Amino acid sequence: MNHLWLIIRREYLTKVRNKSFIIMTFLSPLIMIALIVLVAYLSQMNSNKDRTICILDESGQFSGAFTDTEHTKYRFLDGMDLNAAKMHVQAKEDYGLLYIFASGDSSISYTGSKFYTKESPSLTIVSDLESKIEKRLTELKLVQDGLDIQKIESLRVNVTIGQESFEGQKTSKVESYLKLAFGGAAGYLLFMFIIIYGNMIMRSVIEEKTSRIIEIIISSVRPVQLMMGKIIGTSLAGITQFVIWVVLGFALTLAMSTVFGVDLVQMNTPQSEMIQQGLQQAEAQGELQELMIAFFNLPILNLCVAFLFFFLGGFLLYSSLYAAIGAAVDSETDTQQFMMPIIMPLVLAVYVGAFTVIEDPHGTVSTIFSFLPFTSPVVMLMRIPFGVPIWEQILSFLILVGTFALTVWFAAKIYRVGILMYGKKPSYKELFKWLKY
Amino acid sequence: MNDVLVAESVSKHFGNFKALNEVSINVPKGSIFGLLGPNGAGKTTLIRIINQITMPDSGKVLLDGSALKPSDIQNIGYLPEERGLYKSMKVGEQALYLAQLKGLTKKDAKQRLQYWFEKLEIGDWWNKKIQELSKGQAQKIQFVVTVLHKPKLLIFDEPFSGFDPINASLIKDEILQLREEGATVIFSTHRMESVEELCDHIALIHKSNKVLDGKLVDIKRQFKTNTFEVGLQTHNADSVINDIKGRFEVLPATFKSLNDDIKLNVRLKDGTASNDLLRYLTTIAEVHHFVEVIPTANDIFIQTIKNN
Repeated sequence: MNHLWLIIRREYLTKVRNKSFIIMTFLSPLIMIALIVLVAYLSQMNSNKDRTICILDESGQFSGAFTDTEHTKYRFLDGMDLNAAKMHVQAKEDYGLLYIFASGDSSISYTGSKFYTKESPSLTIVSDLESKIEKRLTELKLVQDGLDIQKIESLRVNVTIGQESFEGQKTSKVESYLKLAFGGAAGYLLFMFIIIYGNMIMRSVIEEKTSRIIEIIISSVRPVQLMMGKIIGTSLAGITQFVIWVVLGFALTLAMSTVFGVDLVQMNTPQSEMIQQGLQQAEAQGELQELMIAFFNLPILNLCVAFLFFFLGGFLLYSSLYAAIGAAVDSETDTQQFMMPIIMPLVLAVYVGAFTVIEDPHGTVSTIFSFLPFTSPVVMLMRIPFGVPIWEQILSFLILVGTFALTVWFAAKIYRVGILMYGKKPSYKELFKWLKY
Repeated sequence: MNDVLVAESVSKHFGNFKALNEVSINVPKGSIFGLLGPNGAGKTTLIRIINQITMPDSGKVLLDGSALKPSDIQNIGYLPEERGLYKSMKVGEQALYLAQLKGLTKKDAKQRLQYWFEKLEIGDWWNKKIQELSKGQAQKIQFVVTVLHKPKLLIFDEPFSGFDPINASLIKDEILQLREEGATVIFSTHRMESVEELCDHIALIHKSNKVLDGKLVDIKRQFKTNTFEVGLQTHNADSVINDIKGRFEVLPATFKSLNDDIKLNVRLKDGTASNDLLRYLTTIAEVHHFVEVIPTANDIFIQTIKNN
């Protein structure tokens, strides 16, 4: 026990004191945030450019359909033919020319339109123009058929279906999205954590082999102790790094957005302009409230406890395999062929989680995958926000722990033999033989 | 016999390969025990079994009369042949860590390290990283770490490789000193001159079997051929040589001497005393050199391996 503690301590301290670890810890959130801010800032610059769109309306039906917004101005050109209009727009260096064809006869009809620009226009602007034309045409047609537009507007109803389970638990669509976000984030976090820190464990095993200290160490401690100490120490270092990332990331976002005046929440892009318009119509206040209610409706305690258990279980399961791989090879370049069987179930878990859980969180496929030990941590974490019976969670966790015990036994065998093997890269057949040594 | 370590018919397989076949050795207390054998004979496997790194398939190992148990790692110091240290860790910190793994308290470990660092004049390395040291310098640290917890059994696998002659003799003196203080040493090497110099007992392992063991002196006695190096001064060398050849078996000799006219190795038949030869030689020439040929460890090694 004392030995295990010493090993954990050494592993943790060497990882945390390592220069590249420190640089990674403090620099990567900085770089990430800087990038996000840069992108936000640039796209803001991009869309903040004022533009004028000229309209040559030969049908004469759209005079009121285009209203200026903050950055986009519309100007109608009268008494010009198409060529003159094109020349005009080019001369004034306006953004583009919307040419609406003349209607065939006196009745309301739309025969087509064209948008002329110097370079290919932004998609959002084109679809914005399209929707404006569509709206006006619909209105005109409604009027022509003798329908009162105002009346139609007032008759329009907004439906949201309240959801409730038979046990009386109320849910809503917003809540479903929130659940997906929580489950997805937890599953993805675990996925990333396994890949980053699993690799770190593997590298540190390889380092012990290549520096030839391994035989000195294992004449003092049992290989299993060394392996567990490594896994635990590295995990602790990983958790430290993760926590620092989260805290730093949060603080930096806050700081940078104040300093540069970039409002990350309300980026001013054409998209957001439209979304805002939509939101104003909807009861924005109500949705926020709904979101809060939905948040508190989540099984938060269950979520936290399950997160802790499945996260640890999943990470330990995979990291013992990473340690075994590290022991089996001499250098990192040799690890490729053994990485596939580890990465595959992990990627499978994330995809299955992403697709089937959205479709039906309690469907057959997602249920099965939330019990299979190599995918269960990720998939179960994604399912839990939707309410998974406690007995299912416990059963899945027990299967996970059982498998963990098995992989540790397996990994310890490989580890014990592998750390003293130098030279050629072993094949799977040889690994299997090692189990019997 | 007062044996510190006894291995009784230890066998070990790796798959189909038999690494050790019923090997038994007895290591007497206070001895320097040479574990010899060609490459791949199974020495390292045996050493690893003694260190409980590998478990034997059958047979048992006794330390001080009782079967090996996990706590015995505190009683053994092992310097493996494949050895290294954490490259990016500081010398002092690393030595402390390894000492603590051997069961020393931090305070004890620090005290003893200071003693050793002063003794080997490496005190100013404490805050250096291993990668800043040369290979030989790092080996010194490994040696210190091996002996720091004052184990009763020390196992050195090729301890002198990587050392320059000065440091090699420094380490050799330290090993002898540790023996004086009561430690028993198992010593695995290919360098027969250090076997000659240090070992009082040896065991020879060849192709997974023990083929020879015992006191070095006894083994040498066993291997002696009753041959004597003879250096003579005379005026008529040819007739003297012919005379000797007529009575004894004569072999060419390679020993160094200053100004002998005749250099011969003379082999005596069983039952002939060396005095008989000497008495005869004094009658025919002036004897300058008369020494029994003692088989070297090297001769014994090569001869035994060839015969098996």
